[in-house]
Amino acid sequence: MSLRITDAPRSKDELAAAIAADIPAGAYVNLGIGQPTLVADHLRDDGGVVLHTENGMLHMGPAAHGDEIDPDLINAGKVPVTELPGASYFHHADSFAMMRGGHLDVCVLGAFQVSATGDLANWHTGADDAIPAVGGAMDLAVGARSVWVMMTLRTREGAPKLVPSCAYPLTGVACVDRVYTDVATFDLAEGAVTVTSLHGVARGELEALVEVPLRFA
Amino acid sequence: MGVQVCADHDEAVADVRDGSTVLIGGFGLAGMPTRLIDALIRQGARDLTVVSNNAGNGDTGLAALLDAGRVRRMICSFPRQHDSHVFDRLYRAGEIELEVVPQGTLAERMRAAGAGIGGFYCRTGVGTLLAEGKETREIDGTTYLLEKPLPGDIAFIKAHAADHAGNLVYRKTARNFGPVMATAARCTIAEVGEVVAPGGLDPEAVVTPGIYVDRVVSA
Repeated sequence: MSLRITDAPRSKDELAAAIAADIPAGAYVNLGIGQPTLVADHLRDDGGVVLHTENGMLHMGPAAHGDEIDPDLINAGKVPVTELPGASYFHHADSFAMMRGGHLDVCVLGAFQVSATGDLANWHTGADDAIPAVGGAMDLAVGARSVWVMMTLRTREGAPKLVPSCAYPLTGVACVDRVYTDVATFDLAEGAVTVTSLHGVARGELEALVEVPLRFA
Repeated sequence: MGVQVCADHDEAVADVRDGSTVLIGGFGLAGMPTRLIDALIRQGARDLTVVSNNAGNGDTGLAALLDAGRVRRMICSFPRQHDSHVFDRLYRAGEIELEVVPQGTLAERMRAAGAGIGGFYCRTGVGTLLAEGKETREIDGTTYLLEKPLPGDIAFIKAHAADHAGNLVYRKTARNFGPVMATAARCTIAEVGEVVAPGGLDPEAVVTPGIYVDRVVSA
């Protein structure tokens, strides 16, 4: 694989499109709530990707509008959705057996921080007044065959979110395989971080920002 | 024991005792047995432990039960949401206890309770705050956490239809926790859209067999 370089940082939609393009045809995929949901809008109709939602459905379709809205048919974010041909429904223990048992090919999750060794922090800020809410994040982190993170590389304050070691409480240990950000994509394997694409940032700038040793594809 | 078809929701919940552990189905409001919860509020049981995926949405259903001050402890996977203002207020005021459980572990702990399994090892949560105080064990080179069964005294679930044998069918993603909760409680009460005549459900399509259901009440 060679390093891909473009001139400008990726918008949320461009990032979602890049992730969608990397999902193998026919994959079973779970998209986390929030930003990863955008990836669904960029999947090719003929790609045969099957979306799983943790609340008990495969072949989930796009968001429902108008007369399509059915309160009994929602996604993990509790947004009304539709069903596609081939859809099936199942209860929660079965749904999470799919997630925990290695049956999903890819999950895409948001993150507060990811460490160089693939630790994921995305469920709890650790603040004293925070109300922790884990949902299915820990199950996906350990259970999906490939765990991809979608996030901005920096916080609003400018601090990097790809870090030597997570400061926030962990969701999973050494579970993240790839990190897609606005300015770069990183592959994580056996403790090494390899940059596979750069967007509007130079190698030297990235190396100065993240405080993690980087290789470049 | 057979299934009892109740005349109304108040009759269905009449004997719920203070201090009970109540399993409440639903993912958000999909599959939430709102009319049973409303009846429980009227019935007055308090000091409850409630097990449900969320900790109430908006002001109805589980949120209304919390708001009535009947719940001492909430066991759930995802309490914090944009419309969980009732729970948020009680939690920040120190008026409710919270046990956060990963969603798959929550479902599997109830499945274990219903299947006579005394515990199970899973990878979810290893190396996190939610592993604190739990036994870990290495099996074939992988580290697992020991999780224990989570039984209920009562389960409130919602289904699309029942027959007089207590067999249940569900509708779309409103199925969610219903089938697993039905197995895990000593008394399972199903709020259903309709109770059909004997033979009215295709045996091949039944999702929850009536052996797991004690009472049904139609909306």
